[in-house]
Amino acid sequence: MVATTATRARPLAAKGSLKREETFWAYVFLAPWIIGLVVFILGPMLFSLVLSFFTYTLGREYSFAGLDNWIRAFTKDEFFWPSVARTVLYTCVVVPLSVFGALGTAMLLNQGLRFTTFYRTIFFMPHLVPIVAAVYIWLWLLNGQFGLVNELLFQAGYYLTGKGWIGPNYFGDTFWALPALMLIALWLQVGGNMMLIFLAGLQGIPQEMYEAASIDGAGSWTRFWHITLPMISPTMFFNSVLACIGAIQTFEAAFVGTGGGPAYSTWLYGLHIYQTTFGYFDMGYGSTLAWILFIALSIFTYVQFKASKSWVFYAGEGRDD
Amino acid sequence: MTDHAVTARHPVASSSARPIHLVTHFLGRFGLHLIAIVIGAALMMPFYWAVSSSLKQVQEVRQIPPIFWPAVPQWENYSIVWNVRLFTNWVTNTFYLATVPTVGIIFSTSLAGYAFARFQFPGKATLFSLTMATLMLPQYVLLIPNFLLFWQLGWLNTYLPLTIPFYFGGFVGGFYIFLFRQFFLTIPHDLDEAARIDGATFPRIFWSIILPLSPPAFATAAIIEGIRQWNSFLLPLIILNRPESFPLSVGIRYFVVSPDTQPKDHLLMAAAVLMTLPVVLLFFLGQRYFVRGVVMSGIKG
Repeated sequence: MVATTATRARPLAAKGSLKREETFWAYVFLAPWIIGLVVFILGPMLFSLVLSFFTYTLGREYSFAGLDNWIRAFTKDEFFWPSVARTVLYTCVVVPLSVFGALGTAMLLNQGLRFTTFYRTIFFMPHLVPIVAAVYIWLWLLNGQFGLVNELLFQAGYYLTGKGWIGPNYFGDTFWALPALMLIALWLQVGGNMMLIFLAGLQGIPQEMYEAASIDGAGSWTRFWHITLPMISPTMFFNSVLACIGAIQTFEAAFVGTGGGPAYSTWLYGLHIYQTTFGYFDMGYGSTLAWILFIALSIFTYVQFKASKSWVFYAGEGRDD
Repeated sequence: MTDHAVTARHPVASSSARPIHLVTHFLGRFGLHLIAIVIGAALMMPFYWAVSSSLKQVQEVRQIPPIFWPAVPQWENYSIVWNVRLFTNWVTNTFYLATVPTVGIIFSTSLAGYAFARFQFPGKATLFSLTMATLMLPQYVLLIPNFLLFWQLGWLNTYLPLTIPFYFGGFVGGFYIFLFRQFFLTIPHDLDEAARIDGATFPRIFWSIILPLSPPAFATAAIIEGIRQWNSFLLPLIILNRPESFPLSVGIRYFVVSPDTQPKDHLLMAAAVLMTLPVVLLFFLGQRYFVRGVVMSGIKG
């Protein structure tokens, strides 16, 4: 753009040199990023792909292993499939709940209520808590004996039925530990970035559409189903893709909160990679596990993009940038 | 039924349906406020419990049934935490590790964003797609080989791996490049063109035209990345193993694993509150920019 308009004022001969100058400066400005891309992203990725075909423990010799690591993951590693299943379960619960939860809070903030800014700030606060701090707060909140949640449960039971309800020892319970981690993720996300993005999306829906629908006698449910959802679907798609990528990689909460326990009930895939790589320094196999995740995530994201064609609605405007 | 009851109380307007609408309207408003307050209270509960616990006496911490608010708030718990050996080190380290990489990532990605927003050059489309694709990378494919790279370079146990890569866009540069590009695209082209005709060089245009118009974009990136770095856990965890060089996120575990048998939950909560405070403060200072940046990154699927 710049080039074509600017050259109009210049003699034709200068055109080529201007083009070269522009290209030169573009690459100068891009230089740090290109170096970073090669040295810290593409190079390392390629290296870890190669490494996935080697047996390599930090500080020892590399030895070529062919497909051994890959076969080991799918057939011999007793933690592999359970951790995959657990991660899929975790993702399947956390992503829909957090995406629809965030849509719900965003819609609430879009009602033109008084104090909306105040509510928004309150809803957003959890998202600011450092994950490590959040996990420790929740460990204490959900402590079986001394936690606030069980105390409230007990009192609610006592008040309603005359007999206190005894809550589980969440993080020490093989059934409840994973739901407790899901709860932390939801707390961090329902009012977080996703909500802000939804809110912007909702505010972008022309008010006339709702008015026209109301005149035609559409109730609030119909308006939600036929106007809000289609109009918000690109945002929904964006949020879902990012939420999936985040949930599948969950690490901190499981590492800090439960260390994968009790009895491996929270041994998520991210933790499995971490333990293999930085617990046992089994770098070759760790790279294989990381690449399996990468490939699975790429396929999954690709499928999401393909599937999105059938449910994501882009209003007439161009989507170039 | 209710219709009659309501209209009966408003005989003046009984001929029209308006009062009913007003009543349901206010009930609806009231209901929405109620929902917002309930959600807000539920989301605030952990904050309340953390603060309340952080102010308890040792013997109150593990009392059954739990007490909701300490009899006498123990503010000195915070000074106890502050005086725990190495705690001030961790605070200083965290400030260092939140600012130095943030400056780097802003420097490298704003330049790249400028190139993508304003220049036509061969390879642009490919490079831009590649940049966007890095946003989808799981961290582990980068973590393992980079760990080996830092190990080969002898960078383990130093701050180099936690700072230097960010001067080259770090591992998440794509996000900020997109952010800056989106912002720069909103600056009218005429300004650069006029400067070009006056003979300004491209760096000069960036410095004298783009930069002065972009403080919001820089504030946004600085706040988002600053918070992200402040909270960063996994990278420092694998790179650092001397307690005196830990950031807070890694060091805070001291309160859990220390061999001392006295309950430390109140101190842990105080540390968690202390760790959260600067983030909340930064958010309040730059809420406008923060919200705007998040929205800008997500508005185009």
